[in-house]
Amino acid sequence: MNNILQLVWLIPVLPLLGFLINGLGRKQLTKSLSGIIGSGVILISFVLSVVVFLQIGSNHNETIHLFDFIKLNAFKITFDFKIDQLSALFLLIITGVGFLIHVYSTAYMHDEDGKDFAKYFAYLNLFVFSMLLLVMGGNYLIMFIGWEGVGLCSYLLIGYWFRNTDYTNAAKKAFIMNRIGDLGFLLALFWLIAVVGTVQYDELFTAANLAKLSAFDVTGITLLLFVGATGKSAQIPLFTWLPDAMAGPTPVSALIHAATMVTAGIYMIARSNVLFSMAHQTQVVITIVGLATALLAASIAIKQNDIKKVLAYSTVSQLGFMFLALGTGNYVAAVFHVLTHAFFKALMFLGSGSVIHAMGGEQDIRKMGGLHKHMKITSFTFLIGCIAIAGIPGFSGFFSKDEILAGAFAHNPYIYALALFAALLTAFYMFRLYIITFTGSFRGTHEQEHHLHESPKAMTIPLIVLAILSIIGGYIGVPESLGGSHHLGKYLAGVIKAEAHHLDHTTEYMLMGLSTGLVLLSIIYAWMRFKNYKIEGESKGLGKVLENKWYVDELYQMAIVNPLKSTSAFFNKIIENKIIDGAVNGVGKLVNYGGRQLRWIQSGQVGAYVLLMVIGMLLLFFIQLFL
Amino acid sequence: MDIKSYIALALTLFTIGIIGVLVRRNAIIIFMCVELMLNAVNLLLVAFSKMHALSTAAKASVNYASDAQIFVFFIMVVAAAEVSVGLAIIVMMYRNVHTVDVNFLNRLKN
Amino acid sequence: MGNYITFPDLLIWLPLLAAAFSFISKDERGAKNSAIIFSLLILGVSVATLFFTNDTQYLSYNHVNYIWLKYMGANYYVGLDGTGRLLTLLTAIGFPLIFISTSNSKYENPSRFYGLMMLTQAGLMGVFMAMDALTFYFFWELALIPVYFLCSIWGGEKRIQATFKFFVYTFAGSLLMLIGIIYVYLHTQGRTFGDGTTSAHSFAMSAFYTVQLSASEQNWLFILFFIAFAIKMPIFPFHTWQPEAYNQSPTSVTMVLSGIMVKMGLFGAMRWLIPVFPEASAHFKQLIVILSVIGIVYASCIAMMQDNIKKLVAYSSIAHIGLMSAAIFSMNQISVQGAMMQMFNHGINIIGMWVVIDIIERRTGVKKISELSGLAHSAPVLTILFIVIALANIALPLTNAFAGEFLMFSGLYNFSHWMAAVAGIGIILSAVYTLNMIQKVFYGSVNSLTTDVKDVSWNEKLVLIIIVGIIFFVGIYPQPLIELTKEAVNNMVVSVQ
Repeated sequence: MNNILQLVWLIPVLPLLGFLINGLGRKQLTKSLSGIIGSGVILISFVLSVVVFLQIGSNHNETIHLFDFIKLNAFKITFDFKIDQLSALFLLIITGVGFLIHVYSTAYMHDEDGKDFAKYFAYLNLFVFSMLLLVMGGNYLIMFIGWEGVGLCSYLLIGYWFRNTDYTNAAKKAFIMNRIGDLGFLLALFWLIAVVGTVQYDELFTAANLAKLSAFDVTGITLLLFVGATGKSAQIPLFTWLPDAMAGPTPVSALIHAATMVTAGIYMIARSNVLFSMAHQTQVVITIVGLATALLAASIAIKQNDIKKVLAYSTVSQLGFMFLALGTGNYVAAVFHVLTHAFFKALMFLGSGSVIHAMGGEQDIRKMGGLHKHMKITSFTFLIGCIAIAGIPGFSGFFSKDEILAGAFAHNPYIYALALFAALLTAFYMFRLYIITFTGSFRGTHEQEHHLHESPKAMTIPLIVLAILSIIGGYIGVPESLGGSHHLGKYLAGVIKAEAHHLDHTTEYMLMGLSTGLVLLSIIYAWMRFKNYKIEGESKGLGKVLENKWYVDELYQMAIVNPLKSTSAFFNKIIENKIIDGAVNGVGKLVNYGGRQLRWIQSGQVGAYVLLMVIGMLLLFFIQLFL
Repeated sequence: MDIKSYIALALTLFTIGIIGVLVRRNAIIIFMCVELMLNAVNLLLVAFSKMHALSTAAKASVNYASDAQIFVFFIMVVAAAEVSVGLAIIVMMYRNVHTVDVNFLNRLKN
Repeated sequence: MGNYITFPDLLIWLPLLAAAFSFISKDERGAKNSAIIFSLLILGVSVATLFFTNDTQYLSYNHVNYIWLKYMGANYYVGLDGTGRLLTLLTAIGFPLIFISTSNSKYENPSRFYGLMMLTQAGLMGVFMAMDALTFYFFWELALIPVYFLCSIWGGEKRIQATFKFFVYTFAGSLLMLIGIIYVYLHTQGRTFGDGTTSAHSFAMSAFYTVQLSASEQNWLFILFFIAFAIKMPIFPFHTWQPEAYNQSPTSVTMVLSGIMVKMGLFGAMRWLIPVFPEASAHFKQLIVILSVIGIVYASCIAMMQDNIKKLVAYSSIAHIGLMSAAIFSMNQISVQGAMMQMFNHGINIIGMWVVIDIIERRTGVKKISELSGLAHSAPVLTILFIVIALANIALPLTNAFAGEFLMFSGLYNFSHWMAAVAGIGIILSAVYTLNMIQKVFYGSVNSLTTDVKDVSWNEKLVLIIIVGIIFFVGIYPQPLIELTKEAVNNMVVSVQ
């Protein structure tokens, strides 16, 4: 039995292999071959992940030691993989959803050159490799390696169409914002190393080692870790990169910027739940940030007209929900929402990809409309996604979101109220998107209308699979109040010490009823408002603020980027050139000047030399005799 | 004779030499003045040597007294060699620039 | 000592021999070939040294100790320890890479050029192996002087000015150090030689390490030595010679300067500064770490503003060196170990950067970032290799610089939390300027300058692939570097405590 777990390193190595083959052989491989290799390795990894998942069961965990990464006397960081319930679950999400998206990509990216096609799959495989490293790492350093790795792949894939400067700007922004978060993560690691001396989960989360941490240490470390998470998972204040990241190919947005990479922050906090449960101040901060992000992003999503931007803000908002759950100590709910969100958000991104594919690259929903007639599968699956995210009972999003809301209510009713409001906004903007895009009449050009078609099988099959998962995915976590037994919670019990919130069943029913009712109302409102959608003029007042994303980008530009630039320019022009180099050159000039002033002594007249000599000698005599 | 007279003479000769070097521009005269200074020092050396030879310390040693006298001869030999070199330089200088004025030679190149 | 040839002998005499061969060879091919062949030979020797690390067994292979100036108590003493092995390896790897990658460049007087290059190598090797202060000083100057000629003869337009500044600046530092060496020397115990004679004082490293000096003497001497090393490294605010010198030197010389020669300063601090003046080091470390950290942020900010690609890399190098010096002066095992690894890795990475920049400059004739665009179209292989090297330069995990930088930051954090946090800003800024450069030079659409750029030729590809190979090997498995230098680091750290 252990033998299979010893081979667990194959799971990340296979995508790496795919990356190498596709990357090095990109000139030789045909498109279909690189597609097959790219998806095939992920499929094998998925199968292996399933085997691991079954092996590991619900009460087993294993640390697989590969080699010592850094070993310096007592200080030691090993290259370990830790396989437990949490990582096994993430393995399934990453390789499973990853595989579907790879298959989808073979069709979506088919217009690319052979070389670029292979490059795309190489990057995608590299991403899966890094992501797997992130979740499988047996210590924070390996997690960090994966953490930066996914950031890099995200950078490469956002800037995949590198001819366009806007896209490469977006890529750069994503990488830099991630790096800001990464610095927080790194500092947390240094803090841990300084106090405890290890970053290995198994050693760190023991009572003896945790006791070494003072309350201040715990708060500091967890806050820094959370800074790392805000970068990767696009929370306030580091969220603005994610909407821009939509510059990448749509399957990339589905895989990286919806299903997997952006949930790394949640994974990290869930992984360190022991630490976070010890730090109450941090939890408060996480709750506030999560809630604020959920509200802010949802409000922006209402006014966006780019199909992918709406989904991007929706992702930010949903991630905010997950952080809200984490902040209220409801780790299982957060992981649960990661799972269901991976299904329905990947589904919707792929669906939007299908739409964009049919529209010939057009992303503006104002120019769409009535697409339901032309692409039924896409439309239906998209609708399922919308229902799931809105939280209609029976669909996966309901269970996970309800659990988050219930946890929030148990924590503080005001938080619940605000979170519920964000959930209503979610339902509203998702259905706005659906209604404008798929119902009504077509508003684009004739040429586009003529071109409209359902996407090929390689694209629709992943959609269907994800749609099914979006429906049934929730049933692994049916709460006890609805007669379920919350399999997921029990499954993760070994890794996550749940801070149980106790609500009696009546309250839970009431909350469910309330949220369901309000969500339905907001959907109906969306239907009334947008069923006869016409292109609107410029918004005014609050609408304009929302359309411009609360001017956050402008604010950052003004408050951070511009001052940094002018400071640098000041350093460059004044301090470097004038002061420091000026001082250095000044010494040179002084010597030069002094030399020039003394030059008259060296007149070349022998007489003058002799005179000086005589004067000198007389002086010496004088000094010798009289002083 | 008192040693002071010798010192006074040597000093006078030396001063004449210095002033000669300082104020004259003719290379040959400067050269002669340098020789004058050299000989002033020689004279002084001999005078001191003589004075020293009369002291008790010197009498203890046999050949101590005549050291400086020999040294003066040595200086004269070297001076003679130096004169030949110096005059040769002056002759070369005259051939090149047709003057023996030292102020004319205030730069090494060009 | 023994009557066989030892490693230090080979590492010093082979470059000198190569220099002689290059000087006397009449045509370019002879000079170049002898330089390349000898540098490969030296690399072989240097790799061999890695297998003879056990000093109890191989002491006589690794150390050469001849009586040099007996009455002064100076020996010609060169030997290899862990640090020495690592840095001589860097030197030995660096030179063949430089020669091969720039073998298409045409130089006037090639025999002199290659001769001087090999002379520099001899000097560098000597610096990294010297175990006697006078030997050290001798090689220190030997490494500097050929570089002066290399820059001022084969450099760019403003070479005379830039080189003059570089030379005078570093030479002034060297002289201060010489004063310091002499002062310390005069306070050392005498040395007894093999034949029973003794000298009044001694230049031996061991004598320097045990010298008794008062606190105020130590402080003054520390400053003298430190300025010499700080100029060489260079750290803020002694760095202004560097960007212009890098910009004006021929690229192969820039590679030597930035890849290997700046390590002389760091190495000097590790071997001749901190252990000789432990109390003064403890006294000044706070100040130096602060200066270094300021330098990191400051140089990164300026790097963001540069339009000249060579100056950008020069400033990024100042930032990296600042981190290394901060780590060294944090003086704990972890940080010094990290700095040690980083000295090697930074050398490899920056040589790689220059190789690419040299290719770009030779193909397009410009080094202004704003004039370049879209190289990824015309030279995809170059782009990929460069991106790997550039990312290694900003210490992405699984590239060589990561382990070192992680250790350095970790040690620096132990020294001071705030310093580590401020230095961390450098991590972010390094991403900013590196990605800016990649975006502007390689992405976007091609312009008239970049349309016809040829992709890498076989020799350039070979060099870049070797560099990338080292980047990944060390990145994934950094432990060998740690094993190699662990003991030397430990000795240094213990000597301070």
